[in-house]
Amino acid sequence: MRDVAIIGVGMTKFGELWEQSLRDQFAEAALEAMDNAGVKKLDSLYVGAMSSGMYVNQEHLASVMADYIGQEGIPATRVESACASGAIAVRSAYLEVASGMSDIVLAGGVEKMWDTEDGTFVLAAASDQEYEAYNGVTFPGLYAMMARVYMEKYGLTREELAQIPIMNHKHAVNNPNAQYPMEMSLSTVLNSSMVADPLRLMDCSPITDGAACVILCPLDQASKYTDKYVKIKAIGAATGPIALHDHKDLTRLDAVRLSGERAYQMAGVTPRDIDFVEVHDCFSIAQILCVEELGFFEYGTAGKAFANGEGTYGGKIVVNPSGGLKAKGHPVGATGVAQILEAFLQLTGQAGLRQVPNAKLGMTQNMGGSGGSSVVTILEKI
Amino acid sequence: MANSPRYHREKAHRYRLEAQKFSSGYVTLANRYIDPNTGSREFEIINLKGTGTILSYTIVHISSDQFGHQTPFPVAIIETDEGARITAMVADCNPEDLKIGGKVQLVFRKIQEEGASGIINYGYKAVLIDN
Repeated sequence: MRDVAIIGVGMTKFGELWEQSLRDQFAEAALEAMDNAGVKKLDSLYVGAMSSGMYVNQEHLASVMADYIGQEGIPATRVESACASGAIAVRSAYLEVASGMSDIVLAGGVEKMWDTEDGTFVLAAASDQEYEAYNGVTFPGLYAMMARVYMEKYGLTREELAQIPIMNHKHAVNNPNAQYPMEMSLSTVLNSSMVADPLRLMDCSPITDGAACVILCPLDQASKYTDKYVKIKAIGAATGPIALHDHKDLTRLDAVRLSGERAYQMAGVTPRDIDFVEVHDCFSIAQILCVEELGFFEYGTAGKAFANGEGTYGGKIVVNPSGGLKAKGHPVGATGVAQILEAFLQLTGQAGLRQVPNAKLGMTQNMGGSGGSSVVTILEKI
Repeated sequence: MANSPRYHREKAHRYRLEAQKFSSGYVTLANRYIDPNTGSREFEIINLKGTGTILSYTIVHISSDQFGHQTPFPVAIIETDEGARITAMVADCNPEDLKIGGKVQLVFRKIQEEGASGIINYGYKAVLIDN
């Protein structure tokens, strides 16, 4: 296995991209990444998308994208792991470069969510269709059931839970690509409309259009292209039960823990070595569960720690400097790549006003469904 | 959205609460070829009594279009007395009466209608019982 670097990145603004189609979004992000890396020809590409078929009736996505970024002829593969599709695309590209099969591989993610009417129905397809969605439960409903057990078990208050979107929105103010780069008050969170009790609208990541791409190459070739690159020190992936009811403990996400353990082992580091982490805050409660599974906080303590400022600049670890899914936006298939893009910017000193000082090791964690899959990467400053 | 052949395959579970009990003791309503915990492939079919306990619940206020006319509605994760874990709507209840640890009985109810043809799809919902 060869060491692998990320040598360029590109993304669209996240939001309601009424003037851009699914392929437009991907093309903008991909071409920006190729220009950023200084490459004109790819050896291969991977695109992650949760549900281009249900959102805009377009399958055969990898071929569409290779064609529309001027790379017709190359092998191209679409991968899918619900909301973790983006990081699975990066992992697939990583394996292809590490194996020696290809040198220059693009990994991208994209989702076009605003062109469909019943987005709740599409997202529910990432749950167990026959045994969860059939019976009316929504994705917010699944996370609401995790939140209820967690709040009862550990005494987390509704006000403490609200601190997570407030913190993420504060971070997003300094992210020009964020969908909602504005601060949010406690009363706004607590008075937002109920989606699935106890989760309110401001606990939920938004509906977002967007794309993000990164370019991978062998680490020993990276300096030929650019002086701004990072090393992919580890990638760990794992699966968990597809149905939430099959989690033995409803406050635990075994796939996140396993993917984290694999990444820590591969990198030879511990949570204490990580300077910042982008985690999958699809819902406020998810951010708590994920940082606990990754070992940054003891089980049952992360919510209160965040309320005490331990997840922001000057705290124990900066969590979601980009604004996270909540404030940056969550174009499902693009999210995992966008997290890795954020880590790239942080580790190459290009994160502007949201720069984490002296960041040397960054982590990303991208999750599918209600913990059915998770991918963790550890990226290192060169 | 359901469709007829797909719905037909689930009737044993949804109409009769037929579940698999593996040799390990693991009970699952969802059809499985293998016990995910032990790897056992030996099982018998049992009929769940339909009594169980609420492990968690929510009130869904925003749903997919299919269930939009029913909002807000409660949904719960339930462990049946035999140990099967299921997700089901809770019918005929005041949301304030829901609690973790509450006892329920599964009942046969209409769940949804199939797309343009409007075929009615049935299944199980839970109702609260006194314990």
